[in-house]
Parts: sequence; C-alpha cells; structure tokens
Amino acid sequence: MSAILPPAERLWWKHPLDRVEGTWIVIAFIWCMIMFAMMVGWHIYGKQNLSTETYKTTPELFSKKAQDVVDKYTVRKETDKEIPVVHPPPGSDVYLVARLWDWWPIIELEKDKTYKLHLTSMDFNHGFSLQPVNINIQVVPGYEHVVKVTPNQSGTFSIVCNEFCGIGHANMAGRIYVK
Amino acid sequence: MSTTYRTCPRSGLQFEAQAERLMLVNAVAAVVFLLVGGILAVGVVLTRWPAVHWLSADAFYMVLTAHGIDMLIFWIIFFEMAVLYFCSSTLLRCRIATPRMAWLGFALMLIGAVTNNVAVFRGSSSVMMTSYVPMMAEPAFYLGLILFAVGALIGCFVFLGTLVVAKREKTYQGSIPLVTFGAVTATIIAVFTITSGAIILIPTFLMSVGVINQVDPLVYRTIWWAFGHSSQQINVAAHISIWYAIAAICFGAKPMSERVSRGAFLLYILFLQLASAHHLLADPGMSTEWKVVNTSYFMYFAVLASMIHGLTIPGAIEVAQREKGYTKGLFEWLRKAPWGNPVFSGMFISLIGFGFLGGISGVMMGTEQLNMLIHNTIYVPGHFHATVVVGTTLSFMALTYFLIPVLFKREMINPGLAKLQPYMFGLSMYFFCLVMMGAGTLGVSRRHWDMAMGGSPLAYEFPGAAYLMMGLVGIAGIAAILGGAIYIYITVGSLLWGKKLDAGVQTTQTIPLPKTPMPNVVVQSHGSAGFAAPGTFALAMVFLISFVLYYFINWKYLSQVWGLS
Ligand code: HEM
Ligand SMILES: [Cu+2]
Ligand SMILES: [Cu+2]
Repeated sequence: MSAILPPAERLWWKHPLDRVEGTWIVIAFIWCMIMFAMMVGWHIYGKQNLSTETYKTTPELFSKKAQDVVDKYTVRKETDKEIPVVHPPPGSDVYLVARLWDWWPIIELEKDKTYKLHLTSMDFNHGFSLQPVNINIQVVPGYEHVVKVTPNQSGTFSIVCNEFCGIGHANMAGRIYVK
Repeated sequence: MSTTYRTCPRSGLQFEAQAERLMLVNAVAAVVFLLVGGILAVGVVLTRWPAVHWLSADAFYMVLTAHGIDMLIFWIIFFEMAVLYFCSSTLLRCRIATPRMAWLGFALMLIGAVTNNVAVFRGSSSVMMTSYVPMMAEPAFYLGLILFAVGALIGCFVFLGTLVVAKREKTYQGSIPLVTFGAVTATIIAVFTITSGAIILIPTFLMSVGVINQVDPLVYRTIWWAFGHSSQQINVAAHISIWYAIAAICFGAKPMSERVSRGAFLLYILFLQLASAHHLLADPGMSTEWKVVNTSYFMYFAVLASMIHGLTIPGAIEVAQREKGYTKGLFEWLRKAPWGNPVFSGMFISLIGFGFLGGISGVMMGTEQLNMLIHNTIYVPGHFHATVVVGTTLSFMALTYFLIPVLFKREMINPGLAKLQPYMFGLSMYFFCLVMMGAGTLGVSRRHWDMAMGGSPLAYEFPGAAYLMMGLVGIAGIAAILGGAIYIYITVGSLLWGKKLDAGVQTTQTIPLPKTPMPNVVVQSHGSAGFAAPGTFALAMVFLISFVLYYFINWKYLSQVWGLS
C-alpha cells in the first residue's frame, strides 16, 4: 500500500489516525483560531485598520474637490514644477490625486492629528506606498477611498508608486510633510 | 479504439501509448517555456540589481510581463497536464478518454501560448500578467490567454473522463490512490479557476477590440484574482500530490492515514476558492468582514490543510524509514535518506522551503492588517518564488528526474550534475526569496525599474541596506538561473542524447491493478512515546515556533506605524 496505489482498506475514511497526526491537527487548529482572533481583535483594540469607506467617483468630480482644497490651504509651492503644498486644518478632508506620473499636491500634516485622506486615480491603477513607514494602499480608478490617517512621527515622507502604471511608473513620487 | 500498453521494466508502471505521447509533448512544451522564462529572468534580475541596471524601462516591463506569464502560466500548466494524464491513465492503468480531444486541448494551449508571447514581444502589451484594466494590451494578448485556458479546460475534462473509463473498465479496485485524489482536487479547483478567468478575460478582450467600452477596474481585480490566486491552489494541490508520489516511489512510503490526507485535500476544495480576497486587502470597496472571512479561507481551514500535509508527508517517509531499521534517535531516518538522489533531495528541499519560506510569509501577508506592510512591495515576489518556484517548480524538476528513465526511456546524462542541481537551484532560491523579502520590508517596490526613481525631485532615497538586499537578489537570482539551466540541459540532453532504454513488454490489453494487500503490521510498530514519527513532530514544532515568532514580530511592527482607521 502506498500513495500511488489504491488504499487497501475499501473504507479509507475509517483509516485510524496516528497520534502524531492527531496531536498536530489539534495544535495547528488552535493556532489557526488564534490567528483568526488576532485579525478580528485588532479591529477592536488595534490602531492600524484600513478603512473601507469608498465612493464611486470620476476624474472631473475628484479633481474639483482636490482643487478646492488646494485653493484654500496652499501655504507655498515647491520644486520647479511649482507643486502646491497644502496644509489643511486637523480633522479635515485631504485629497491626493494619483495620475500619470505624479502624486498631487504635496501635503503637510500635523503630528498626532487625524485627517481624512481621499485617494483615487485619474487613469490606471496606482500604488500608494508611504516611505519609510511602509504603509501600502492600492489606488483604483473610479473609486474614492477615504482613509483616516494619524501620523505619529514628524519628518519628511515619500510616496512611491508601487503599482505598475506605465513607462513613467518608476519616477512617480510624491511627498507628505509632518510637522 | 485500439491502443497498446507497455510495462516499464524499471518502475513497474504501465503506460498507454496515447497517454504516454500526450505526457511527453506536454512535458516538452513545459520545459521549452521554462527555458524562455528563464532567459527572461536574466533580464529581470540584472535590471533589478541596482549596480547593473541592465535593460531600458520599456524592455524591462516587457520582459517582466513575459517572464511572469511564461513561467507561472505556461511552464506550470503544461507540466500539470502531463501530471494529470500520469495520475489518471498511468496510475489507474487505463486508456485515456477521448485522446483526440486531449490533442485538441494541447493544440489550443500551444497556439494560445504562442499567440500571447508574440503579442507581448511586439512591445505594446507590457501590462504585466495581471493586465489590470483600464491599461490595455493588444487583443492578441487576451485571445492567446483565452485559447490557452480553453485548451487547459479540455485537458481537465479528459482527465475526469479517464477516471470514469478506469472505473467502468474496472482497471483498479476500491478507491483511487491518494495521489490521484490530489490530482482530482487540483482539477476541480482548475475548473473553477478557468471559468473565473474566462468570465473576466472575455469582456476584457471585447473591450480591447472595441465592442465593450468599459470593464470596471475593481470588478476586474476581484474576478481576476479568483482566477489568479485559485490557480496557485492548483499548483499546491499538484505539487503536494507529487510529494506524496515521490515519498511512495523513493521509500515505498504509505500515507500515515488515508483519512487525514484525503480530508486535507477536501479542505482545499472547500475553502481555497476564497483566496481572491488576499490580493484585495489593500483595496477600496470591499467590506472588512468580507476581507477577514475570505483572506483567512474561512478561519484558516486551508492553512490547516497545508500544515497537515506538511506533517504527513515527512511523517510517512519517517515511518517507512523506521520500518527499514533506521530507528536511532530522532533523525537517523532523515540522515540516512538518499540525499544523492535528485528525485528525493529535490522533493525534500521543495517541501521545507515551501513550508518555512512560502507558507509562513504567505500567512503573514494574508493577514488583513499586516498586508498593508508589504502590499505590492518586492516582498510579494519573494513570497511567491518560495511557493511557485521552490514549491511547484522544484517538485516538477524532481519528478522529471524520475520520469527520464521511466517515461522518456532514456538514461540520464550527467547524473553527477543532476545530483547537485536541486541543491544549487533550491538553496539559491531560498536565499533569493529571503533577500527579496528583506528588501520588501524596507519598502522596495515590485515591478519597478529604478530604485533611484530617475532622479525625480520628490524621490525617496532608499536606505543603503535596501540597495544591498537588491544586489544580493541579483547574485542569488543568477545562481538560481544557473541551477535552472542545469535542469534544462539534463532534461533536454537526456531526451536527445541519452542512451535508449528498454521500453518493456507491450500488450494490447491493460493489465488491471491487483488488489492492494492489507498491511499485516500494526500501524505503530516503531517510533517513541506512542508517536510513529517523533522526528517529524520535532520538525513540525520548530516550524510552529518560527511561524508564531515571525507572525507576532510583524504585529509588533504594525503597532508602531501611523494610525489608520
Ligand atoms: C530561475 C530563477 C528566477 C529568477 C532569478 C526570477 C526572478 C524574478 C524577479 C526578480 C521578479 C520580480 C521583478 C519585479 O517585480 O520587479 C520576478 C517576478 C516573477 N517571477 Fe520570477 N524568477 C525566476 C523563476 C521564476 C519561476 C520558475 C516562476 C514561476 C514558476 C516565476 C514567476 C514569476 C512571476 C509570476 C513574477 C511576477 C511578475 C509580475 O510582477 O507580473 N519566476 N522573477
Ligand atoms: Cu503610478
Ligand atoms: Cu506606478
């Protein structure tokens, strides 16, 4: 009898369990339940849970909202492309546009304050990869994803695009300052 | 239809003429795509090695698209077709059902694969294997994949039909062997998977020719991954069946308990389909409940199944070895295993790497919140090269070494080199996966041409350690490619120049499998403390401890990043 031959016992489901197997199944099962409980428990006690608040949107609609925030809260411009740096009040809505091939505008936040960050793409899928924190969120065209973020460190943070989005993908960068 | 059967004098296996030819062509097509994919891997690795940075951006993205598809889809699925025919016609000693349909399936797969490759190499289909809409490839890109899928689906039905033939013509008694049972699992998942693929690729094809004007990007991602991930479960079911088969071939090992092993395969069928979710954990749109239930395969039952196979296969080997008298201490059975036989060493290196590197990292990534730490970083290819290369590809290589004399009827050329190959390929792949995971932990992106970000004014300056890791990825990758090249050299070389071996006795009728005799020893005649396989249990505990530690280290890290709610 071997794994490449039919089992000798016709009723293979009555084949006895060895103690090694039985013990391991119990241990593995408990571990699986612990892992499941961790995921659920983190939603109750943990501080890092990705929001699922999502709306359907269009590039026109989203650009307009982003433009409004830029018009209201721009504090300065940076780089020779004159990218606006917006400093919105804590608790407010912040819009970040992903498009071929930049993140627009630059955002300035305050440490330990919470903001509602709205993400969408104007064209293809993009990847919001916040470095060096290493938080990664998929940005899908047509969907506005509202994520509440609370920066817990100050400094300069970069946004790298980590979803392939065409030939300029590797140069697609953005920035968030935390004061 | 008349056909002939031959009994291989080296293995006692019986091959039906049509099935044998089908296995041969599928295996050869697979190896050709592995060769193409392997050559493309050189371009990928030498570009991602920052100090070399070889290809231009557009060439890199084209080569990466082709590498992903040729390896993950064409190499693996062609080989799986050969495995399906082996597990049905050969193991059950029956003729293959509808051989003409099987040839049609093969032809469609081949035409599809070539069409897709032509589209990619024309340069305007560099959309990666995932081809997320609205980024569009040429129509021929999707058409090729659809033809390939239809061909593979036909192959699945021929396999199922062959099982019916065997049952009806009574070529075996009792239940089908465990390995065939595993192949059935793979096939059932394949049918589900290929259907999902068709549901999403057909509208996308229509969009590329202008019949439909939109496919929703999020719906695309959801259904594409029901195809893309579930097809990895086909691979898992297939390579686990191969591990059982190799344990049986090299040691005469029998499953510790048929009930446990088959039950674990059943868990795969029941829960694997939920896997699409873990690719969407960082996406908008899906509810938290949906993500949590699905990513854990409904409370980790599929993970449980893999942990069971991970114990029962080495356990079965241990029991077989202990019965042969290797009973000293916990590990004499393992020390005295045939490490110089590439069939065994390949299988064992595959099993350990799949569990420790692929399994642990996969569960970590598939945890809803932890996923945010690695989504789309190069950690992800680090994980799946441990599953699909160390796990699937290396087991297929190990099986090939068994098939060269048995199916190809050739003596293996250069057995000394073959002895080395699993170590060279497997161990450099281990290292390759580890350093990719390391780089991903430092934030390096996947599918990314230039870590320096083309000097963009807002560019992120990756730490030196990240550059170092990517340099090591380059070195380890080249070593692995050389290991792969040796496999191709031995396989193709044996087929072309290997000494022809005796084909064995030909008959016009199948010789049915005799009834398997009942074992006359009690199950637990060896081992200690009532454990038939104490050494395996010790290894399993080492695995569990590594798993638990690594899992909680990641939670600890997550707790320190920005608050998200
Ligand atoms: C033999 C040595 C191999 C090397 C050195 C290698 C190297 C790589 C590297 C470095 C990447 C990541 C590139 C990036 O994301 O920027 C990659 C991607 C990939 N590899 Fe491999 N690979 C090898 C073999 C294989 C095999 C055997 C398979 C499948 C069975 C495979 C399947 C894939 C897939 C599916 C991708 C993802 C492509 C994508 O992102 O669309 N590779 N490979
Ligand atoms: Cu992008
Ligand atoms: Cu991108």
